[in-house]
Amino acid sequence: MNKVLLGRYLPGSSFIHRLDPRSKLVLSFYFIIVIFLANNWSTYLFMLFVVAGCILLAQIKLGFFWKGVQPLIWLILFTVLLQILFSRGGTIFWQWGPFSLTQTGIVSGIYVFFRFVLIIFMSTLLTLTTPPLEIAGALESLLKPLKKIHFPVYEVSLMLSIALRFVPTLIDEAAKIMNAQRSRGVNFDSGSLRQRLNAVVPLLIPLFVSAFNRAEDLATAMEARGYHGGEGRTKYRINQWHLRDTVSVVFFLLVTIVMILLRTW
Amino acid sequence: MSNDIINVNNLNFKYSQQGDWLFKDFNFKIERHEWVAVIGHNGSGKSTLARLIDGLLQPQSGSIMVDQQTMSAENVWEIRKKIGMVFQNPENQFVGANVAEDVAFGLENQAVPYKLMHQRVKTALQRVNMWRFAEQEPVNLSGGQKQRVALAGVIALQPEIIILDEATSMLDPEGRRDVIQLIHDLKVQHNFTIISITHDIDEAALADRVIVLDDGKIIESAPPAQVFLHGKELSHLGLAVPFSEKVKAALVKRRITVPVQYYTEQRMVDWICQSISNK
Repeated sequence: MNKVLLGRYLPGSSFIHRLDPRSKLVLSFYFIIVIFLANNWSTYLFMLFVVAGCILLAQIKLGFFWKGVQPLIWLILFTVLLQILFSRGGTIFWQWGPFSLTQTGIVSGIYVFFRFVLIIFMSTLLTLTTPPLEIAGALESLLKPLKKIHFPVYEVSLMLSIALRFVPTLIDEAAKIMNAQRSRGVNFDSGSLRQRLNAVVPLLIPLFVSAFNRAEDLATAMEARGYHGGEGRTKYRINQWHLRDTVSVVFFLLVTIVMILLRTW
Repeated sequence: MSNDIINVNNLNFKYSQQGDWLFKDFNFKIERHEWVAVIGHNGSGKSTLARLIDGLLQPQSGSIMVDQQTMSAENVWEIRKKIGMVFQNPENQFVGANVAEDVAFGLENQAVPYKLMHQRVKTALQRVNMWRFAEQEPVNLSGGQKQRVALAGVIALQPEIIILDEATSMLDPEGRRDVIQLIHDLKVQHNFTIISITHDIDEAALADRVIVLDDGKIIESAPPAQVFLHGKELSHLGLAVPFSEKVKAALVKRRITVPVQYYTEQRMVDWICQSISNK
């Protein structure tokens, strides 16, 4: 359980690591939009090269990206299968009732597969090269314009960063409570569905109560250190926009132009 | 009079509307640059006292003066700037996502400018010997290291008073020794006023004055050497007795005459060596 959440960020000093988290966040979202522009094999091939280039720049082993795809592999295969079996058009190779295997089906199946994998690779690249707290910080500064419509930007980002900071702590605690209840005879992993659901109660309630205690302690500690709302604070961490960020933005704009050209080609 | 940094007058406090008074007509004074250890059994009101001084709890009546200012709803934030608090649970008071941000949290609240903030965070972390952990997340730190970070957060704020609310009670002996040593060094260097609320007898032994609290009443207020003499009464109140006093008690049981006054461990060793060689 720990590995999934904690082992994600890989410290490094590559070009991608040193990018401003704001530009990374925006560009990976932008990439997801751009990938929907792809509609033929040349556009997909081009995107594949773009992602491969980014991965090479980040100097991260491919194995980590495979781990990102792994949990979604069944969803991907299911969607691909749907595309293959239910698309019509082109040469028909095989047909049985509502199912058919056609040329268009196979091609769009492959497209869907690549679309999924590329999106996952790109978002994995974001989480592998950016510590969670920097993502939270980036989100805060990107949401700043929303302050005008009285959206509590500072409060939301404080909540996010405290939540992220307490995730590992609470996972540790859940594991501890689970073992403590196991040693008192609670069986978490056998029995009928109903029995298993009942077994979760002695885990959830202590966890819930301790979360309240933690919240109270934390609130007292924050108050004692002079926290009184988001107004009138300075910030320790300030993101800086470098030349490399401009370069990556320009690069992605070029990618978009090439994509649009390749679409009609 | 002007030498008192904290002055509590006729304080009355209870947690709920019904129920008993925890503090009744309570009076309490601390001199500037004094190190006071408050000891007492669970529920004797130690932590409540600390929270009252910091304005985290409001008394029903009576006044609390910190550094010549009477605490009120208007100046509570002003007064809090003069007080740094370290709490018991190292995990639950860690606000920042990593060490440097946690130390900076208090400075951010006081709107300290960017450059000065980075400088103060760095010196504070170097002071507690945690600068090389600056980018570490709390999961990767031990309890003692987290308490050192909490202390750095307090030092960075440069307060007048430091309140340690059982800051060492959840640590292993090694982490506890480290933290106590650090507090001692800080006291020597910066001459803070320190209030340490503790169960730990070694921590209390370093103080200038020990206050024994029992159900909201001060039953003794004297230098540690004098307080520790009443070994029996202390253990009746559910408190630990220093090791040298335990040795003395064991010697008395074996009909060996021991000195009346309190000895530190070192002096006790010297005394034993002396009395053996004199025989």
